Amino acid sequence: MILQMKDIQKSFVHKVRGDLHVLKGISLEVDSGEVVSIIGPSGSGKSTLLRCATFLETIDSGEICYKDEAAVTTNAQGKAEYVKPAQLRRFKQNFGLVFQQFNLFPHYSVLRNIMDAPIHVQKRPKEEVHEEAMELLRKMDLEKRADAYPCQLSGGQQQRVAIARALAMNPDILFFDEPTSALDPELTGEVLKVIRKLAEEKMTMVVVTHEMPFARAVSNRVIFMDGGVIVEQGDPELVFGAPQQERTKQFLRNYQQ
Amino acid sequence: MSMAWSTMLLKMGEGMLHTCAIFALTVLFSLPLGIIVMLLRRSRFKPVQWITKIYIAIMRGTPLMLQLLAWYFGPYYLFGWSIRGYRFTAIIIGFTMNYAAYFAEIYRGGIEAIPNGQYEAAHVLGYSKVQTFFKIILPQLVKTILPSVTNEVITLVKDTSLAFALAYNEMFAIAKQIAAKETSFLPFVVAAVFYFIANYVVAFVMERIEKKFDYYK
Repeated sequence: MILQMKDIQKSFVHKVRGDLHVLKGISLEVDSGEVVSIIGPSGSGKSTLLRCATFLETIDSGEICYKDEAAVTTNAQGKAEYVKPAQLRRFKQNFGLVFQQFNLFPHYSVLRNIMDAPIHVQKRPKEEVHEEAMELLRKMDLEKRADAYPCQLSGGQQQRVAIARALAMNPDILFFDEPTSALDPELTGEVLKVIRKLAEEKMTMVVVTHEMPFARAVSNRVIFMDGGVIVEQGDPELVFGAPQQERTKQFLRNYQQ
Repeated sequence: MSMAWSTMLLKMGEGMLHTCAIFALTVLFSLPLGIIVMLLRRSRFKPVQWITKIYIAIMRGTPLMLQLLAWYFGPYYLFGWSIRGYRFTAIIIGFTMNYAAYFAEIYRGGIEAIPNGQYEAAHVLGYSKVQTFFKIILPQLVKTILPSVTNEVITLVKDTSLAFALAYNEMFAIAKQIAAKETSFLPFVVAAVFYFIANYVVAFVMERIEKKFDYYK
């Protein structure tokens, strides 16, 4: 088991509008080589779930394990306890995250965006990282843009660089937070193609997406979330073809229109 | 005009050195001090934040000339300390404290303009806080604040003349002395040319630095 999230509770404290209970006891397990798609309406908590898994948000209670090692546990008082920062950094080596807005470093060239963290965070030898980065760029069909800056690239190209940057850390699992939502339909295809290729190579991935045909074709499992809970999950053909829950049916109907 | 050109320029030249000293030392101290003030201003510990806010409000809300007088005479009136030989130090403290407040606010604006996604990307990639600041945030910060910093630095060149309030012999004070004694406007013309050239150099240098950051948007 690469990722194990158990009974995750997360609320956002808001002084004016009151607290917002975003995740209501969600559990998620991801096996090696699995491709999991998470679908659901806006505000259902899918992005928050990824942000909790990648430690961008701290959970209120629950458990998060990577490769059977606990990064977060819940104490007797029912409060989440994180491992020490130094250890947490080690846990971050397990995963990569691709953002909706790419979040490339604008002042670094494409190549440096990919190489900097492996060299300065993982302390790996420069030559080795360079070789790997060029290989990744070839895979992303971007080897000619190695010296370009993010602002010179299209959105689709930027997102592919972001994927390469995440892959350069050699993660065991890759998270995608709506990777094509900021892209024109024209550019969406080139990014989805890359993710599809990674799926064929048995890369473990969790993809939050609104691209239903893609989710159906590429993933081993689809999770439908709504209102901070998992409403339904299973084989994509079943969830899309014969949804059991009324809420799922309704959501998919809205999508087909 | 009775005073020879050369005598006048020589006297004013000495003043220019003093002016340059105020300018250089203020820039040297206030630019980094601004970072500290900005960090305190953004502190999560509220009292620190308030005190910094009050400090900035005073620095920006009162005339620099008055602040210089306070820094110079304050120790004497408050504690009865001797202020002999303290003049130049008071000037540098006064200028530095004032400009650091302005720089802090410029830095703060720059920091807040950097998208949160940059921090998040760095966080997920495992960069430490220090690495994130120096490798990811600072280079982008410098680019965004350069035009505002240029503005402040140019203002500082002209503000150095306020040191005359403490009877310090910077260039403009000397120009006024000569102008009064010789009943001539010429020293002021020389002063104007000096400030103009100095600021032209500042603007030129800053433009070159800005160009260095032009390679990305």
